[in-house]
Amino acid sequence: MEVEQTALPGIGLRHDFTTRKGQRVGVVSHRTGRRDLVIYDADDPDAVCHVVKLNDEEADALAELLGAPRIVQRLNQLHEQVEGLVSVQLPVPDGSPYAGRPMGDARVRTRTSASIVAVVRSGRVFASPGPDFVFAAGDVVVVVGSEDTTAEVAGILADG
Amino acid sequence: MHHTAILFLEFGAIVLALGILGALALRVGISPIPLYLIAGLAFGTGGVLPLATSDDFVGVGAELGVVLLLLTLGLEYNADELVTSLTGNIRAGIVDLVLNAAPGAICALLLGWGPVAAVAMAGVTYATSSGITAKVLSDLGWIGNRETPTVLSLLVFEDLTMAVYLPVLTTLLAGLGFASGAVAVGVALLTVSVVLVVALKFGRFIESFVSSPNNEVLLLKVVGLALLVAGLAQQLNVSAAVGAFLVGIALSGELAEDAQALLAPLRDLFAAVFFVFFGLQTDPAKILPVAGLAALLAVVSMVTKLLTGAYAARRAGIGKAGQARAGIALIPRGEFNIVIAGLAVGAGAHPDLGALAAAYVLILAAFGPLAAKLVQPLITSIAKRS
Repeated sequence: MEVEQTALPGIGLRHDFTTRKGQRVGVVSHRTGRRDLVIYDADDPDAVCHVVKLNDEEADALAELLGAPRIVQRLNQLHEQVEGLVSVQLPVPDGSPYAGRPMGDARVRTRTSASIVAVVRSGRVFASPGPDFVFAAGDVVVVVGSEDTTAEVAGILADG
Repeated sequence: MHHTAILFLEFGAIVLALGILGALALRVGISPIPLYLIAGLAFGTGGVLPLATSDDFVGVGAELGVVLLLLTLGLEYNADELVTSLTGNIRAGIVDLVLNAAPGAICALLLGWGPVAAVAMAGVTYATSSGITAKVLSDLGWIGNRETPTVLSLLVFEDLTMAVYLPVLTTLLAGLGFASGAVAVGVALLTVSVVLVVALKFGRFIESFVSSPNNEVLLLKVVGLALLVAGLAQQLNVSAAVGAFLVGIALSGELAEDAQALLAPLRDLFAAVFFVFFGLQTDPAKILPVAGLAALLAVVSMVTKLLTGAYAARRAGIGKAGQARAGIALIPRGEFNIVIAGLAVGAGAHPDLGALAAAYVLILAAFGPLAAKLVQPLITSIAKRS
């Protein structure tokens, strides 16, 4: 797949590509920060038939929705490549002692040497959360470490 | 009544009337420029409401409007973009220049207005209004279209041509002899190239001088610099407008965006004053006799722009429907055609030139966006059928 980049003098940049099924899609990045998601017409491949205008926040939300599964997928690929390294997704269960408490309280890295690299909450990914990040019941925590250390993290999240 | 009182009453009435006309244009979905021109005709000599005292004041406001129009136009592009557009599309750009300068030039020659007026009229029919075209592209959702980069680079090419054309025109209008005229044109072109090179190589030094975290300071510095260079350019017979344009090009990046946002309200006010002023100088009684000619010229130059757009788009590998859209997007004429006619009239060109240009721009500024809207469904249906 090849993403084409075209300058739009005075307006900004356009990126577009054709999907395997033959649909052309693109993003127009305006200098003002506005993003247009554009879908090209099947009958007239030069013309846009649908424009979705997105402000900063909406563009971020869309990027996260599209990007969230990709991050997990890439982590899985990573652990296949590095022997002994695994990434697992661990839930913060309802009765977890750390639900509603900042991540720093769990001292995961000190106790197990595994690292929390992301937290997924209702479809949104919080990448590299800091010690101030507050867990909520239902969060899915992405942990990277060895088989043993990630299992210890699961225990910490469940029972403290 | 006190002089200041009359001045404020008249100027206030003009600006308020423009605001109301702008609202009307917004509702109908056309460019406000033709309405501003009509307002100017109404207020001017022979109009329904001639002004008593504020002519001089409006005149200075109009000059400021031209400087601000060109300054913000320059801010839209950075020097790199200009150079890339120039190298990539030079052939389409030249076709655009030849096809669209010809109708105006030939018209002026046939009317026996002389070669200088022909050069001015060439500019009037040549330049597409980048402001109106950008709005058409955005309103019709054509910005993402694959022919749009072609249209935009033609606009960039035209604007760059203006940087060379305006000084040549001002020199010719100044009516210098051949030798001193050639020297003046040489000086003008040299200045333009030097400023472009300085902008490309040393733009960041100018930027670091102008840039400021404070909006007020930034506004004052940019406007001050633009006016200073504009004055200098005028003194060298390069035209104040070109000086301001070059200052705009020299500034780029975030600074240019900030400056653009700050200048926009100022430009809108004074540009509107400029259109009114042009209307003021034009006698409405003169418009009617040239209306037929203006309509003919409008039709001819619509066809030449359609051909230009189709040619440029076909070279870029765009299909039939996209070629038609590229041509239609290029039809609107507006601010710069009036700027050119204004320069010519100010320098004492044939009195009918102003009226012809006004009628011509009235037609194409109003009809250009409308044509695009009307033709859009037709193009879609043709594309579906084939």
